[in-house]
Amino acid sequence: MNFILGMVIAAIGMGPVVMIPLVGVGVLKLNFFFGVIVPYAALAIFVIGIIYRVMNWSRSPVPYRIPTTAGQEWSFPWIKSNPIDNPKNTCGVVARMIFEVLTFRSLFRHTKLEYRNTETGPKIDYEWEKWLWLAALAFHYSFLVIFLRHFRFFMEPVPGFVHLLEKLDGFMQLGLLPINGLGTPGVYLTDMLLMLAVTYLLLRRIYIPQVRYISLPADYFPLFLILTLGTTGILMRYLIRVDITAVKELAIGLFTLHPVAPEGIGVIFYVHLFCLCVLIAYFPFSKLMHMAGIFLSPTRNLANTSRMVRHVNPWNYPVKFHTYEAYENEFREHMIEAGLPVEKGLDSEPAKKAEEE
Amino acid sequence: MADTPKPEELSKIDHAPPLMEGWMDVPAEIRPGIYCYGGKAKNVAAVGMPNPRDWNPADDDWKLPENWEQIIDEGMRDRLDKYRSFKLFMDICVRCGACADKCHFFIGSGDPKNMPVMRAELLRSVYRKKFTAAGKILGKIAGARKLTEEVLKEWWTYLYQCTECRRCSLFCPYGIDMAEITIMGRELTNLLGLNIDWIAGPVANCNRTGNHLGIQPHAYKDMIDFFVDEIEEVSGIRVEPDLNRKGAEILFVTPSGDVFADPGTYTAMGYLMLFHYLKAQGLDITWSTYASEGGNFGFFTSHEMAKRLNAKMYAEAKRLGVKWILGGECGHMWRVVHQYMNTWNGPADFLEEPVSPITGTKFETATGTKMVHIIEFTADLIRNNRLKLDPSRNDNLIVTYHDSCNTSRGMGFLEEPRYVIKNVCNNFYEMPPNTIREQTFCCGSGSGLNAGEDMELRMRGGLPRANAVKHVHEKYGVNMLSCICALDRAVLPTSLGYWVPEVAVTGVHEMVANALVFDGEKERTTNLRGEPLPGMEDEE
Repeated sequence: MNFILGMVIAAIGMGPVVMIPLVGVGVLKLNFFFGVIVPYAALAIFVIGIIYRVMNWSRSPVPYRIPTTAGQEWSFPWIKSNPIDNPKNTCGVVARMIFEVLTFRSLFRHTKLEYRNTETGPKIDYEWEKWLWLAALAFHYSFLVIFLRHFRFFMEPVPGFVHLLEKLDGFMQLGLLPINGLGTPGVYLTDMLLMLAVTYLLLRRIYIPQVRYISLPADYFPLFLILTLGTTGILMRYLIRVDITAVKELAIGLFTLHPVAPEGIGVIFYVHLFCLCVLIAYFPFSKLMHMAGIFLSPTRNLANTSRMVRHVNPWNYPVKFHTYEAYENEFREHMIEAGLPVEKGLDSEPAKKAEEE
Repeated sequence: MADTPKPEELSKIDHAPPLMEGWMDVPAEIRPGIYCYGGKAKNVAAVGMPNPRDWNPADDDWKLPENWEQIIDEGMRDRLDKYRSFKLFMDICVRCGACADKCHFFIGSGDPKNMPVMRAELLRSVYRKKFTAAGKILGKIAGARKLTEEVLKEWWTYLYQCTECRRCSLFCPYGIDMAEITIMGRELTNLLGLNIDWIAGPVANCNRTGNHLGIQPHAYKDMIDFFVDEIEEVSGIRVEPDLNRKGAEILFVTPSGDVFADPGTYTAMGYLMLFHYLKAQGLDITWSTYASEGGNFGFFTSHEMAKRLNAKMYAEAKRLGVKWILGGECGHMWRVVHQYMNTWNGPADFLEEPVSPITGTKFETATGTKMVHIIEFTADLIRNNRLKLDPSRNDNLIVTYHDSCNTSRGMGFLEEPRYVIKNVCNNFYEMPPNTIREQTFCCGSGSGLNAGEDMELRMRGGLPRANAVKHVHEKYGVNMLSCICALDRAVLPTSLGYWVPEVAVTGVHEMVANALVFDGEKERTTNLRGEPLPGMEDEE
């Protein structure tokens, strides 16, 4: 399967994601189904799915303590150790995980191979390359902020942190259009960042030969899904107006477990919502589970204490190994001749017995 | 054996995989110079591993057991249940490609299936088919494929093109470790008798004679005696090592490669001299012929085989009644000792928490396993001024240091060796930061791939390391690469000889011994290699 086929398959997968709500709400008017039942079902799959997957991972034990040590270990007091990249205790592990999860520390190390053939032979350089890290960070944080901003729709009154986020996120509006509400609504920084970052992540997947080669439909599909999710969201905000009051009524209904499906919300809203539902329902069965998986990764979440404290393997079993006795029995004569100490002399009973065997 | 292409030929590498071709249906090419010979029946049978038979990877028929698919099926299921690492690493990769150009084999070969992510996908695709609903239903669309004989051959080909160096895992945002996947994959292939003889042979030897090279006890003693004479010739000092002596305080275990092949032998002489030097200060140490191997090729076979070979260390320590174990310079030996030994064969409650008999320093890092790295031991001696050193004796050397993969990414053992090196030589230069410490490159021949028949593969894998050495050679005139790994000492002379022939290879304790000033020694005119010391060139 080449990369074009991979993208085509992912795109074909996107077809129903857009068409189903268009037909379902636009033609068949199944507002309640798409506004209430699908979201609840998707959320249930999301929560149960994640719990199931994490439990499933946890069922397999961690037989060995195998952290990837990325810095100096703790050893002598006169050698400076690196407590974060080579943690000595739980504190260090927590710090390492915080950096890993919140700042993508490992990805920050990323460099790009520069291979040249010169007159004097090959020359290998490792070039600065922080774009992947930057795009990944921008994407994840934008997504988080946008998600939190959506609490504007879920809660009445709107919580303070949402106002704060909106203010920070929408600062460009303050700078550009001092009179609020005039012209287009304020531009959210995270909207643009998210779309830019996801676009970059998609383009690099196509543009970088190695990444293109390894990409599967399962890599393009979530990107397409998120792009559609973002596009429909942005369209609603800036171009195709929907009845915000009705949307809020629906959202609060879902949130307070008193679901209603008000009439008159534009169909584009349902496309947006359905994309989200597909995304979260797809989540537990896909690579998106890296979000939970990172916390369980044994090369990251263990302290480098193997020589200090015995790590117990729950299924450790005894093995048969070649004993010293068997070894001496085989080589006794040679050993004695070479002047090596032996347990049993040549004339001893066990030695004779071994000889006979 | 295939002729290895010249460096000019070999360095023509294209890192861009084919544009319009997917990877799933491209069968592996079993190419001379890249693959290692299959494990011989007698070596596989000697340790009771499955399906012993003589087979040739270049043949079509690999003489698999009839129910091989079922064996892999059950083997995978078993390992998914036993190892969270395996299960997790099968599931959470997002194919961001951060690891792709971090692998020395990919850098040196351009073979896209040598990208760690791709090598892992070879197994993941089968995992998806067997163990995930999407894979079962959607097949290739979900990145899943059936395990065919072709796929199995592809597994074998690329699992034995990974040296388990863990460099990829450093860059992975989720810590996915290809070494872990390779270890699982090799366990699986071993269930079918698919091994390489360069691993199977040493394993069989180690099981029987105590070391990979199959040196029998009397021959081992001969080698040590030979070193004793050599040392006397250079220094006028006659060292008196002990073998298999009961009641010693410390058992010393080191890779047998150092007893057998240059330049490791000079490192072994270094140990002997250091121990002799410390005897007067109260060092009571013995070597063992039974546990005469620090390295562990079982680790490249299966966890169980590794555990069986490793068990000898504690067993011998117990038999001899020592208090703790001192380990020589070795890479994967230390990954095994540090991250596995105590779990496998501990608790070592018959040993005591290691304390240096010379300085009284308690080795806090080793309180559980009770095994100390000789570099730790020596660094502590130097720190406490217990060694009289004349670093100028190494002035003919302009030294750089190669971190071995296992001690850096499996221990975090970075500063100790540098501290020792800087105290025994005057000219030391680091290689570029992307190629040392935790980012160090593999020698290119680790994890049992240091055979003769896969020389092209080894030279390719050794390129990134050699290229960094070449850089410091051209910039600072570096002529000596120091390392603390016996495999490095065995393979880097070949790889540097190929890429940057002006640079030789040494163990750190060879340099220590050259710098070590004994009371009553004769005036040294040469180093352990018999090369004239700086300023002594005319004495020859």
